[in-house]
Amino acid sequence: MILKAKPDLIIDVGSTNATFASLADRVQQQTGIPYILLDGRLDTTVQQLEKLGGVLGAETRARELSAYASKLLDGLKSRIAAVPADKRPDVYYARGPQGLTTGLRGSINVEMIEFLGAKNVAGSETGGLATVGREQVILWDPQVIVTNDPNFYTDVWKDPVWAASLSAVRKKRVYLSPHLPFGWFDFPPGANRLIGLVWLSEILYPELFKPDLKREIATFYRLFYHREPTPQQIDVLLAEPGVAPR
Amino acid sequence: MIVSRSRFPVALFVLGTMLAALTMLAISVGSFPVPLPKVIAVLWAALTGADAEVADNMRVVVLQVRAPRVIAALAVGAALASAGAGYQNLFRNPLVSPDILGVSAGCALGAVTGILLSLPFLLIQAFAFGGGIVAVGLVLAVGAWVRGGDRVLTLVLTGVVVGSLFGAGVAFVKVLADPYNQLPAIVYWLLGSFTGVLPKDLVVALPLIAIGLVPLALLRWRINLLALPDDEARALGVNVGKLRIAVIAAATLMTSAAVAVAGVIGWVGLVIPHAARLLVGAEFARMLPVSALLGGAFMLLVDTACRSVGRTELPPGVLTALIGTPVFIWLLALTFRRRP
Repeated sequence: MILKAKPDLIIDVGSTNATFASLADRVQQQTGIPYILLDGRLDTTVQQLEKLGGVLGAETRARELSAYASKLLDGLKSRIAAVPADKRPDVYYARGPQGLTTGLRGSINVEMIEFLGAKNVAGSETGGLATVGREQVILWDPQVIVTNDPNFYTDVWKDPVWAASLSAVRKKRVYLSPHLPFGWFDFPPGANRLIGLVWLSEILYPELFKPDLKREIATFYRLFYHREPTPQQIDVLLAEPGVAPR
Repeated sequence: MIVSRSRFPVALFVLGTMLAALTMLAISVGSFPVPLPKVIAVLWAALTGADAEVADNMRVVVLQVRAPRVIAALAVGAALASAGAGYQNLFRNPLVSPDILGVSAGCALGAVTGILLSLPFLLIQAFAFGGGIVAVGLVLAVGAWVRGGDRVLTLVLTGVVVGSLFGAGVAFVKVLADPYNQLPAIVYWLLGSFTGVLPKDLVVALPLIAIGLVPLALLRWRINLLALPDDEARALGVNVGKLRIAVIAAATLMTSAAVAVAGVIGWVGLVIPHAARLLVGAEFARMLPVSALLGGAFMLLVDTACRSVGRTELPPGVLTALIGTPVFIWLLALTFRRRP
């Protein structure tokens, strides 16, 4: 398949542990096509863009994108640093149709929560994705819940257990991450998360971050996807229930 | 075996007591701390309709999170073990589990299709239930079409074939699924779990399990005769064909409902009937109630352990396999040494 398509280069952004490194080596040996495996972690986004620019001979565009990414990331980082500990919310990331799968500390799925200085309630254990019980979520009683599953977002308000026992549900602080054209939160873990960070920062710190999301969306989509959405299109994007920061 | 006849009431009594104690224990432990007196107060209030002076959170945890979960584990364990007991008797083979006619593979295909289509959880459960029924229906239809030969053997072989066909379907759905969202959801569903059980799940699943269990209990004496060769059973006035379909339908209904609630959990339906047979003998009328009680107790114990190991949960299917494999080997050795 790969040989038939005759690519000049294979690019893979994701985990760089021994398994994936050896898989990349294998493919490179089998096909004779150079294979680049880049670390997909959020805080290496700038380096990913620079490296790709160099490899692809698109330094100018890469400089533009990485400058944007680095300004965005640094800007958020410095503003977050000033947030006092008691203003940093406890966040639960709900995955799956029942919202009972979540990401542990160090998991690529919850990097955005950690980057923004909030507390991932499931962060006391290190690992990837894990299943948790309803009781445990009630015990954590997170202040904010973020999900990527529209079905969970719809069900959470109708669920008698959640409504009775979670302050995030009572205070209407449950949010659905946008998914167009790529997910804003953790799937796939790529540059699409940059705009996700802006979105999440306004959700986590509504009093501290000024709502400049719409402007940022326009810039980000123009830069990364070569297409600036109209104000109407942005409104439609943010009109999906649960998406707009309140 | 005279020994086991006199053992039967004792076994029922001991198991019943054990089950009651285990239920109380399971409802008292969990990650959300609720002191035992409060648990009792909440349960008492729920039974008598009085007001419990307990924080809202604790009441919700005990009544709406733990109690449904405990009941679901009991019901699923009882259903899987009873279905296994019925099948082991029907197929005259102690190595048979409720999956033999492909019911779990059918449920799995139904559920993963639901996940692939991003359906709400309730519909995913409905798809799982329907998938199990369709798979076994297909097996029966093919079995009837093939005719001739050994009916039981035909059914088993068809079951294996249909099961692997549905298994291939599951694999295909996994390939189609989006790897960031749907694939993890599929994997977690296939591992099985009681973590999301809500009271409304029980309202649907318990009657379905009961509808399967009651005919098995009512027909227990006749089902016992299915262990005989077909012509001998016929000579005793049993309509073998109809009875066989009845057992299959009951077991399929129970297993599908159980899998729709908790996902695919292996070993219970294979090991528990074995243990029951060892306790009270092979007679179905005695083995069925003991299987049901023992299955419920085992499943409850496993699920309680799964949710108590830490902040995150273990899939119960892993634990049932870890316990089930050595126990099964031990039971096998015990059975064969007793009857050389």
